[in-house]
Amino acid sequence: MSDATVYGLCSGILVGLGLFGLIVHPEPLRKILAFNLIGGGVFLLFGVVARRGAAAGFGGDPVPQALVITGLVVAFAATALAVALLRRLFQETGRTTLRSDG
Amino acid sequence: MVFDIGLTLLVVAVAVWTIAARDTFAAVIGFVAFGLLLALAWVRLAAPDVALTEAALGSGVTGVVLLGASTRLRHAEISAADKKPGAMLRAAAAVLCTVVSAGLAAIVLVLPHPAPTLAPQAAANMAATGLGNPVTAVLMAYRAIDTLLETVVLLLALLGLWSLTPDPFWGGLPGRRHHDDPDGVLTFAAQLLVPVGILVGIHIFWVGSVAPGGEFQGATILAAMWILAAMAGLVDAPPVSRRWLRLILVAGPAVFFTIGLAGFAMAGGFLAYPESHAKLLIVMIEVPVTLSIAATLALLVAGPPDRMPQQ
Amino acid sequence: MSLALDLLTILAVSAGVFFFLAGTVGLLRLPDALTRLHALTKADNLGLGLVVLGLLFQEERLFAALKLITVWLLTLLAGATVTRLIARNARPTGPRG
Repeated sequence: MSDATVYGLCSGILVGLGLFGLIVHPEPLRKILAFNLIGGGVFLLFGVVARRGAAAGFGGDPVPQALVITGLVVAFAATALAVALLRRLFQETGRTTLRSDG
Repeated sequence: MVFDIGLTLLVVAVAVWTIAARDTFAAVIGFVAFGLLLALAWVRLAAPDVALTEAALGSGVTGVVLLGASTRLRHAEISAADKKPGAMLRAAAAVLCTVVSAGLAAIVLVLPHPAPTLAPQAAANMAATGLGNPVTAVLMAYRAIDTLLETVVLLLALLGLWSLTPDPFWGGLPGRRHHDDPDGVLTFAAQLLVPVGILVGIHIFWVGSVAPGGEFQGATILAAMWILAAMAGLVDAPPVSRRWLRLILVAGPAVFFTIGLAGFAMAGGFLAYPESHAKLLIVMIEVPVTLSIAATLALLVAGPPDRMPQQ
Repeated sequence: MSLALDLLTILAVSAGVFFFLAGTVGLLRLPDALTRLHALTKADNLGLGLVVLGLLFQEERLFAALKLITVWLLTLLAGATVTRLIARNARPTGPRG
């Protein structure tokens, strides 16, 4: 199933790109974006494992697919909470970072 | 195969744009496009349920939250101590990330060759659950406890969000009040689209027992229709202190947990279903869970309360 | 018969892709927001309609065919709304006319 392997390589690249964005960007909102990119890559890796487990008339193993659906929902909840924290921080201090001057 | 390589290149290109764009707004647009392309990849990986969830939740609703944040935070000043890291750190980060990517690629290339799979066991027991969609069978029967805990996690995230309310607005209304022009384009589109969207959401939820779909995808569409109606000024958010709102939010996990406890009496274990009534019990769980998740998602997008109801 | 249907599908989908390409060229080459919006909506709606038409030739069940047409109509509605909203904000503030 080499078409699944292509997506596996894609998932590796996505995790690397997301990690780079997480380290390099100082703004927290860009970090949240990069973190979601890492999440997308990890879920895609699960999807590759699911596709390789195609058997019994299904196109893919349903257990990793169900895990990914759960993961997507929880990732959204975490993103929403992180963004709310960021907006509250901005409301209180006018800045989006925690580092203090001087 | 050619299509897969092309799609992979496109996904990587949009991901690079998301990381490298200077303006945060452009990066968020790139992220939304990335999510939609990833949904295509999921279809190619024979996972239509995940494709629906990725398009609706991962790209759609997450995009709404991030777009709102990027506009609201546009004028944030970056403290002088947080300028971009220097060339040495960027080079070191690039090396680290290349090593991580190469490691993951190596793992993918040495995955074992008759791939281990749970598909035959999933297929063998599906007749007992009365469902036709194996992913729904996993979510609601084989790993139902994961789904129960997931609904609780969503509620906890909402509680965390509400705990950020400033003191004067405790128990107030979340989100801005939109007063759109009653003859305007957005109001017209919302009046046309919301009923259709509600139908589509209910259909996707209902059909999830035999075809790709399910409660999370349907609930996301219902939440999106509420968000659209709120943006068009057709509805206003209820105050978060209202009891009926809190009942809707808790109904899903509570019914799930109760039926789980009843499983001890009916079939000898937590969340065990007696074979004759499995489908009925699953539907009894799914309906309140869909409503609860739709309300939770809509409130997560609306944010913490920031105004009080007008007396 | 199915060969004729396949041929019609290929023709219609290719025409649709051509219109999408034309719209994207307009997005990249036209000078300001309003002209770009004009090019995008016209070309993309027609392109999607042709792609849906091509897919209709492959579909046997009536319900699925109706779903495809509904997708096209909903995209028209959403696209028109968003275009109007963006155009309202992008309207140049110079003298009218």
